[in-house]
Amino acid sequence: MNDFIAARSQMALSLGFHIVFSCIGMVMPFFMAVAHYYWLKTDQIVYKNVTKAWSKGVAIFFATGAVSGTVLSFELGLLWPGFMKHAGPIFGMPFSLEGTAFFIEAIALGFFLYGWDRFNKWFHWFTGVIVGVSGLASGILVVAANAWMNSPAGFDHVNGQYLNIDPIKAMFNDAWFSQALHMTIAAFVATGFAVAGVHALMILKGKNVLFHTKSFTIAAMFGCVAALLQPLSGDISAKDVAIRQPAKLAAMEAHFHTEKSASLVVGGIPDVENKKVDYAIKLPGFLSFLAHGDFESEVTGLDKIAPENHPPVAITHYAFQIMVGMGMAMMLVSVLYFLALWKQKHWLTSTWLLKLFVAATPLGFIAVEAGWTVTEVGRQPWIIYGVMRTADAVTPMPGIAYSFYLFTAVYASLAVIVIFMLYRQIKMVGQLYDKA
Amino acid sequence: MLYVVIIFLWTSILLYLLLGGADYGAGIIELFTSKGNKEITRKTLYSAIGPIWEANHMWLIIAIVILFVGFPVIYSTMSVNLHIPLTVMLLGIIARGTAFTFRHYDAVVDDMQHVYNSIFAISSFITPLFLGIIAGSAVSGHIDPQADTFLSAYIFSWLHWFSVSVGLFTVAICGFLASVYLIGETKNEHDRLRFAHKAQFFNIAAVICGVLVFTAAYVEHIPLMEWVFGNWIGRIAIVSATLSLIWMWSLLYQGKIALLRPLAGFQVTMILLTTTYRHFPNIVILKGGGYLSLLEHSGQEKTMQALGLALLLGSVFILPALFYLIYSFQKKPLEADSVSH
Repeated sequence: MNDFIAARSQMALSLGFHIVFSCIGMVMPFFMAVAHYYWLKTDQIVYKNVTKAWSKGVAIFFATGAVSGTVLSFELGLLWPGFMKHAGPIFGMPFSLEGTAFFIEAIALGFFLYGWDRFNKWFHWFTGVIVGVSGLASGILVVAANAWMNSPAGFDHVNGQYLNIDPIKAMFNDAWFSQALHMTIAAFVATGFAVAGVHALMILKGKNVLFHTKSFTIAAMFGCVAALLQPLSGDISAKDVAIRQPAKLAAMEAHFHTEKSASLVVGGIPDVENKKVDYAIKLPGFLSFLAHGDFESEVTGLDKIAPENHPPVAITHYAFQIMVGMGMAMMLVSVLYFLALWKQKHWLTSTWLLKLFVAATPLGFIAVEAGWTVTEVGRQPWIIYGVMRTADAVTPMPGIAYSFYLFTAVYASLAVIVIFMLYRQIKMVGQLYDKA
Repeated sequence: MLYVVIIFLWTSILLYLLLGGADYGAGIIELFTSKGNKEITRKTLYSAIGPIWEANHMWLIIAIVILFVGFPVIYSTMSVNLHIPLTVMLLGIIARGTAFTFRHYDAVVDDMQHVYNSIFAISSFITPLFLGIIAGSAVSGHIDPQADTFLSAYIFSWLHWFSVSVGLFTVAICGFLASVYLIGETKNEHDRLRFAHKAQFFNIAAVICGVLVFTAAYVEHIPLMEWVFGNWIGRIAIVSATLSLIWMWSLLYQGKIALLRPLAGFQVTMILLTTTYRHFPNIVILKGGGYLSLLEHSGQEKTMQALGLALLLGSVFILPALFYLIYSFQKKPLEADSVSH
């Protein structure tokens, strides 16, 4: 493995690992706040138990997310010093604000986790909400920094020099809103479905049914509402990418030839050499509609983009298909769930709907990982789109492959331990949280 | 605004050294505690730092963000030449942070606790050791941007006696801070005495490591003597730190513990002040006499302004909340029983 690929793999691994924990860290506090609110309002002990059980999970995920996030703030320099030397002062604004948001989150979490029976109960509840709000703010700020890499702004690039730096303009670059919106909703979908799936499984097993039903309902509600909203934000993102990063859109869709009323390519195997996609379903005109809101409009293909600036087509295309596929599946489950709530109450007590949720447990996170693959791989070969190539930013230190192997081993063992601990948390619900 | 940013950078490093350092130190104490006493050490530790331990480590993030936004050349140079110690430190941070949380939140208490405990204690030692090595390397003059071999560019930039001594000194300081901190958390005379002994042990260790640091500096031609004693600030700081140390020990023997923490904190602050004051604004000293300066290698004016404002704004939110958190849990500490299983 050469050093450049190793550096990219290590970065991908670290981000892919961190993203799971940060999604949970920013969304779970809202689930807890709802359960906590019901406890304070209704005095039903089960809600207190749910809140406490969830908060243990959140503490585990938050700690893991905090350390993996700390690692990332160093890895930016360890792996991409050429990038950080120039980009740091330009896109650093959201990071300096994120530091504050994250700090507040850590403080609020201290109040929340250790504050039972210690503070005014509404103050205690409020600190839980602050955990969620500041977590969400952190997430949005970090995504805004990533958006800058896709949509550089706030500086002039003259003869290799970065002049007239304006960090505020850089933060509010063209992509920040669409990316932040898409990611925030994605975090709710992914966490909602993952949590709902786990509780659904426990209901099916007949253990602590009331406890798990209450938990399931809160998580499923958040996840399903978000899953129905997500296609709208996806549409905003697609139209935005079509204008700003035509190469990325072309790679997502394996769209080799510029044409009017372009077809939407669903699935298939891209054949880059012969510039075609085998075994795909093609919906004529739909790509034009998706990209520009008009079935007749022209969509730029990879033929209009210099070959040295092509992103890897196959990976981007597959990742995009996976993301959309998972999103669709979860949307379908959501529609069924709302149908059940409104019209078909008996569905709620039947096992097939719960089984569907169990099957959907990992889908949201698969979609999140696939979506980030689209964003990051689709931006290649650039680290700052149109300005700096990823290959020019990598560290000169040789032997990064070993560092990659090391981090792979560490993250793999951490993942195993976290899953193991989560399994134990769930197994112990009957003894620790829901004794009745 | 540049100076505002520099003050924030220095203060975050100081607070990380004090709060994060005490936190690491607690783990180091565990490493140096006999088996029978480990459990009580652990409980005292947890009731002392449980609610604030996440916050203690945020100072490192603040410092690193200031560095990469405001002083990108310094950040990227250190990232390249000190890649290996930084990576080890990161692995230490991962291991320690997760082990600390896992051992408390694991729903089942069994042999896994031993695994978490040993990982926690060992990484509590390794992380500050490498933090010290990184700090020592930055000013040692061993970083060579022109180096053309792997060894000279990426190994000997940090692997030499001076840096390693600074690393060990940092470990001793952390252990000292934690022992003094924990004295104030104890409930009975017996435990108080135990932590007082630990404080003594780490105090002596710090003195020995300090001698090592000066010896290594002398051997490797690092003008540490001149940095520390070559100016009035340095001399006053060293003298007042020494006096306060004597005062602290006499208070401890009289059984008065109220002032111990501020005094220990003061001593460490003075150490950081003397070691950074003289070569300010040069934060990285390169081989061949070159340097990276906080004044000359800062970002453009607009960046520094935005960064300074963000930091000021941040502290308006962070500081009151943090003080209230610490105050609430000082006023009514966690019950040791409620934190064990």
